[in-house]
Amino acid sequence: MSDTSHSAVFVRKTMLPPEPAPARQTGVSKWVRENLFSGWLNTILTLAGIALIWGLASHFYPWFRHGVWNAASLPECRQIIAARWGEGATGACWAVIHARWTQFIFGFYPPELFWRPVLTFGLMLVAVAPVLFTQLPRGMLKVSAVFPLLAIWLLWGGSIWPVVMIAAGFAVGYLVARILARWGMILAILGAVVAAVLFWIFVPGPVDAVLGRVLPIALEPVASRQFGGFLLAITLGAGGIAMSLPLGILLALGRQSDMFLIKTFSIMFIEFIRGVPLITLLFVASLLLNYFLPPGTNFDIILRVMILVTLFSAAYIAEVIRGGLAALPRGQYEAADALGLDYWKAQRLVILPQALKISIPGIVSTFISMFKDTTLVTFVGLFEPLKSIPDSIRADIAWKGTYWEHFIFVGAIFFILNFSMSRYSMYLERKLKRDHR
Amino acid sequence: MKKSVFFGTLMAAGLTAGIASATTLEDVKARGVLNCGVNTGLVGFAAPDANGNWSGFDVALCKAVAAAVLGDPTKVKYVPTTGQTRFTALTSGEVDMLARNSTWTFSRDTDLKMDFAGVNYYDGQGFMVRKDSGITSAKELDGASVCIQTGTTTEMNLADYFKANNMTYQPIAVDSNAEGEQQYLAGACDAYTTDASGLAATRAAYADPENHVILPEIISKEPLGPAVRHGDNQWGDIVRWTLFALIAAEEYGITSANIDELAKGTENPEINRILGVDGDLGPMTGLEKDWAVKAIKAGGNYGEIFAATIGESTPIGLARGLNAQWTQGGLMYAPPFR
Repeated sequence: MSDTSHSAVFVRKTMLPPEPAPARQTGVSKWVRENLFSGWLNTILTLAGIALIWGLASHFYPWFRHGVWNAASLPECRQIIAARWGEGATGACWAVIHARWTQFIFGFYPPELFWRPVLTFGLMLVAVAPVLFTQLPRGMLKVSAVFPLLAIWLLWGGSIWPVVMIAAGFAVGYLVARILARWGMILAILGAVVAAVLFWIFVPGPVDAVLGRVLPIALEPVASRQFGGFLLAITLGAGGIAMSLPLGILLALGRQSDMFLIKTFSIMFIEFIRGVPLITLLFVASLLLNYFLPPGTNFDIILRVMILVTLFSAAYIAEVIRGGLAALPRGQYEAADALGLDYWKAQRLVILPQALKISIPGIVSTFISMFKDTTLVTFVGLFEPLKSIPDSIRADIAWKGTYWEHFIFVGAIFFILNFSMSRYSMYLERKLKRDHR
Repeated sequence: MKKSVFFGTLMAAGLTAGIASATTLEDVKARGVLNCGVNTGLVGFAAPDANGNWSGFDVALCKAVAAAVLGDPTKVKYVPTTGQTRFTALTSGEVDMLARNSTWTFSRDTDLKMDFAGVNYYDGQGFMVRKDSGITSAKELDGASVCIQTGTTTEMNLADYFKANNMTYQPIAVDSNAEGEQQYLAGACDAYTTDASGLAATRAAYADPENHVILPEIISKEPLGPAVRHGDNQWGDIVRWTLFALIAAEEYGITSANIDELAKGTENPEINRILGVDGDLGPMTGLEKDWAVKAIKAGGNYGEIFAATIGESTPIGLARGLNAQWTQGGLMYAPPFR
């Protein structure tokens, strides 16, 4: 007999099965109570919010539900809606998008040549992928390097040789830089620029003519005025993004530089561009330049606008990156110096990787706002998708009176593109996160 | 002041540059294409279709000039211009001519250094109101809110009209015709004002045109016409007389259907001179003898163009009114071809 101080009447030998948590503490009801009805004020706000959403949805839902996709004109849309939903019913006439979607996408690009922008867009995805995702094979970067010139040739057409000459100029510059590199970085850069510019000035003219006759590889040329819609927006946006990031980095470094001239120039450039509205710059690009250039010079309007858009966003990116540079602890600069790295190596290996990482959200929002700002080219008579294309479609009596359909369609596409950019930047931030993990 | 000096200098630089180069006619012939400034889109006057082919009342004039100069109405590059960019596009040489429903005014003709080659449409500013408002005359609009496009002559006409009649109004500024239509439909303004031709097209496109009325008063003169650069009179003559050839063709019954027959020679000496059968009118201004034949063939005579683009058989349904021939009580009057 065991010696226990008190005897138990009942001893449980087995565990009880766990009870489910009380209904009020789990699942949907808990979430709703905690997040939507946690106090009288929040309850009122929740009810007001639901009423608001209901009001909007019940007001706009019929318009979407009555939408017509197949019709030849707005009056026909109205007839179909009246026949289906009764007199007085209103509805969206999506038929205008259905009939004119190629104009939204390609503007006035010749229809038989649509394969060229489509191919260019496909190649752009291939070219951009290895830049965005480091796990892809590095060999793909060769496509990225060739892509810009290939895209110019595919989109604008004409003979291939001028484009090849541009590439050859880069190659010449690179070779000169390699040769001069042993005497110093600055000399190499200067030599490369001078060599490339001399090459472009003197070589292409005669060589183009000869090659064009011997090996006439050419696509049907397309004028810049025929570009429009999202083809124009994406051309301007992608070109601007690709060129403004390197330029912005250089400007940011220039502004931090100890060299007086470079620093002054960078500051003046950045402050001037940031102080002037983009529309003013676009007007300069489209109109003022015509007065200064000798008559008969054909300086492509898209190129002009792209240069101005690039300069504009480069100034903003420079300031965003300067913020990143300023956020780096001084110790990083000193550590790089202590390792004996020269200026460019220190920037490339130590400073910029960290500064750029910090600046990602700012850089991407500059890109997004620049992409949206490409719609401002409507003021210089280019057919951007938000205003010019709908206006020109509405000038057709069959579609006069359509309004919201255009905005909703174009807005949706812009949202998809910009949301992808934003998501990618968040992915990149998570991937590059080196602390707290 | 400083600004105007700055722009004046630019303008002068542009002009001297223009004088230094070849004439517009030589430029166009060398290029093989006429650069024609058109509206970015205005119902009936200039509109691209789904394939990007332009058509309309103003576009027809571009085609006629291209046919007269280059012999081919398709050799036109249409440069869409906005209200803000149109005149600079012309003075800077980006376009050879404007056929863009621009009102001929004193300051545009003199200060802006343009020449209006004539009038291809006599327009005027009108008002549209909702029928249930009970308004039947523009004189009853005292205190009304009016939707008005900014940066146009209509804005100034409106101010002049209300001031002259000692009435007040509240302007609701809109940026484009499409926005104005939406604001008016949404009830943001009591009346919508723009050129009468535009009002007719707007009303025709509404779901309930019977509930809107266009008031009888026309409060302004809007002679719309093609414009060219100041200083190149030969080119101005070409555009002017191409327009007159279209107008005269209607007066003398030359149509795209019978022109081939008439071009062989007729009893009427005026027709013979226009069509180049007699005399040397074309070469006098640097064109071929049969320039007018090609111009008229491009889209028909003035009346045919009107009927096909904006006339009563089209949905826009504009009556000839002031734009009828002078023999029919209108203002279309071509000087003699001799």
